[in-house]
Amino acid sequence: MTTETLTERPARSTLFDGLTKYIPIGATVALLIVMYLGGIANFKNFDSAQVIAGLFIDYAPLLVIAVGMTFVILSGGIDLSVGSVMAFSTMACAWLTVDAGISAPLAMVLVLAFGTLWGLLIGAVIHYFNVQPFIATLVGLFLFRGLTLQISDTDVSMREVDFWQWGMTHVEFGGKVRDGGFWLPYLSFVAFAVVIVAFVILHYTRFGRGVYAIGGSEQSALLMGLPVARTKIGVYAVSGFCASLAGVLAAFATKSANPLANVGAELDAIAAVVIGGTLLTGGAGFVLGTVAGVMVWGLLNTLIAFHGGLSSWWARIVMGVLLLAFILLQRVLARSGEKRRT
Amino acid sequence: MSDDPIVQMTGIRKDFTGVRALDGVDFTLRPGEIHAVMGENGAGKSTLIKVLTGVHTPDAGDILLDGKSVRFHSPGAAQAAGISTVYQEVNLTDNLSVAENLFAGREPRLGPFINFRAMRRKAKALLDDIGIDLNVAAPLSSYSIAMQQLVAIARAVDIEAKVLILDEPTSSLDRDEVAVLLGVMRRLAANGTAMVFISHFLEQVYEISDRMTVLRNGKLVGEWATADLPENELIGHMLGREAVVLEQIERAAAAHHVADETPLVQAVGLGRKGSIAPYDLDVRRGEVVGLAGLLGSGRTETIRLIAGADRADSGSLSFDGAKVGGHNPRTASARGIAYCPENRKTEGLVGDLTVAENMILAMQASRGWARSIPVARRDKLVAEFIEKLDIRPANPDMPVKNLSGGNQQKVLLARWMLIEPKLLILDEPTRGIDVGAKADIQKLVAELSADGMAVLFVSAELDEVTRLSDRIAVLRDRDLIAVLESEADMTTEKIVDTIVAKGGER
Repeated sequence: MTTETLTERPARSTLFDGLTKYIPIGATVALLIVMYLGGIANFKNFDSAQVIAGLFIDYAPLLVIAVGMTFVILSGGIDLSVGSVMAFSTMACAWLTVDAGISAPLAMVLVLAFGTLWGLLIGAVIHYFNVQPFIATLVGLFLFRGLTLQISDTDVSMREVDFWQWGMTHVEFGGKVRDGGFWLPYLSFVAFAVVIVAFVILHYTRFGRGVYAIGGSEQSALLMGLPVARTKIGVYAVSGFCASLAGVLAAFATKSANPLANVGAELDAIAAVVIGGTLLTGGAGFVLGTVAGVMVWGLLNTLIAFHGGLSSWWARIVMGVLLLAFILLQRVLARSGEKRRT
Repeated sequence: MSDDPIVQMTGIRKDFTGVRALDGVDFTLRPGEIHAVMGENGAGKSTLIKVLTGVHTPDAGDILLDGKSVRFHSPGAAQAAGISTVYQEVNLTDNLSVAENLFAGREPRLGPFINFRAMRRKAKALLDDIGIDLNVAAPLSSYSIAMQQLVAIARAVDIEAKVLILDEPTSSLDRDEVAVLLGVMRRLAANGTAMVFISHFLEQVYEISDRMTVLRNGKLVGEWATADLPENELIGHMLGREAVVLEQIERAAAAHHVADETPLVQAVGLGRKGSIAPYDLDVRRGEVVGLAGLLGSGRTETIRLIAGADRADSGSLSFDGAKVGGHNPRTASARGIAYCPENRKTEGLVGDLTVAENMILAMQASRGWARSIPVARRDKLVAEFIEKLDIRPANPDMPVKNLSGGNQQKVLLARWMLIEPKLLILDEPTRGIDVGAKADIQKLVAELSADGMAVLFVSAELDEVTRLSDRIAVLRDRDLIAVLESEADMTTEKIVDTIVAKGGER
């Protein structure tokens, strides 16, 4: 019996490998810093802490759906239904509490449960019937926009219901804004909690690592005996839950339901996830990157608002260019990775 | 080893759309034995294994595990019952770390959370045990395929497997790595693990296995103790042919040398930066020119320039007496150059189309889409080639993906032969296919060249190159270093000597 030991050092140093992994997110953070410094240099009051805090107020719902989208994209899928599910959830909150008179906390729980169930259902369709996620979730995009408009084709106000005041109740940090402090409403903390829970789930649980494994190679994950069905359906349930939670946050933020709200929000979320360094092909990325991606989108809009003279469509134009740049960066990195390996 | 069998499969039958992949196969595995399953490609080895591991469910037959009847519906279920598998392709996820791959799905946990420190420690210990030393925190993708394969084996071993199935585990390993693997196998056998070993390498099979089960065309041929079955008898059982055809191809073609004619292909200083240094190479009508060299020596790159698949950035190429300009696969095909690339799955065949449709593709393309081929003519041609190449099953309407590797290769060859090219370029046409199909293809190459076709032939197997070629171009480090005339006394050693000698000069 030989007892020889075979030693192999990684083909690339792990340091290098680690760095490659962090290039996209590094680029995103650098971009954020440049945008922020640019804002400070050009606009008065841009250095107020409330500018940053404001991102987590206005873009809290987007952050929440983007976190759900991160799960889906990491697993190698896509979820186009989140914008519609979100609008539907806000509308359902309004309908249940204003028209049907159901108690608001119960309505909220119902809406969240419904979003999760929808995710489970569409995940099951994708997995068991082997339907392209793009097509399966497109069903949700149409279905829920239609249902939302069916409930009401005009805005529904929720101001009369006390419960919806809770979300914007705020906490001050470091005094008043004019004294250099900032404030955050409760709904921002909900979004932060979602990010933290998602981070822990993705990095420290079997379910989370399973998501990465399936994104790496579904076939391998299956042959390794991982619970592929459960995990794949699970990611869509997470995304459905996040979409309905984002709808609830929107209800808190605006205290009204607009049937045409969040058209295209699914695409904003996908853009934020990609700019945050998650590979569209799945298997690589981080939820904290998604936070950075959402901040890029938010900061871009803030810059345009500060400028005052530019149309808000410029945010989309810039976002399109950024997205292209990041997708190309991903391809270049992936290709150089392949080259080194052979 | 006379214990009760741990696995007993009886009368296993499995049908795929129209193909009976397994027909009443019995298989018995005893604790602590290493049992080789032998057969040509398409004999049903892989299907048998997949039935045992829960990837496929059998249409008939019984499986007893430890005396109890079982039927697995997923690989996970088989794994839970103690049957682990290592496949030919590394089935791990290379975006995760080595440790995570070893423990995916069964990570040590603290409460609901994965305990990464304990996982890395256990991973290290597990690999030490087997005799490999890796950085377990590094992503799997940073290691060679061979090492990834050993990690896959370590994973399978650690799942407390009662039965370990190794499906072509050594095909991507070098000699030292094979030695480590066989060592691990012996150790496991001594501990009572039963192993099923599938390999094309007869040498390894004889070195490691205790017993063999031979399959042919989905049927059981028999079971023997390895010591009682000499190699030539084994091959006879696998092929079901008395003599192995390989030896009969003696170079009949060498006789028809036409020396003074202008060569069909004349490459002068042809090269491409970063892939192959400029080279001169002639190919005459009716001649087989083999390209020999190690993996990565530039064999494929050389022929891709001639085939028009890559653009040369220096030198010139003449074909049939005329200078070739603006060379690309379309114009090449119009000139009468047929190129069968190395990777038949991704670069050649359309899996969902039928045998007939795949064969006819190039011919249709050369006629243009508007002039369809009459059905009767098509059927006749297809039937002719199925017979000529001995494609099995001989069903022109079967989707190509249901054919074994060797038969797929034959379909691809038939496609190019249908357009009657002047130059046929074959890149590794016999890789990964069984002995019988290999012999058929070699015979075919010899026949084609006897009919006046020029053939450029790349193969990693020096034996094959030596046997078939009139001349042999030898490559090393992306440079064509010599063109050897293949005389009657040509041997593989001479080629190896050439490669080594030229290496020494630098």
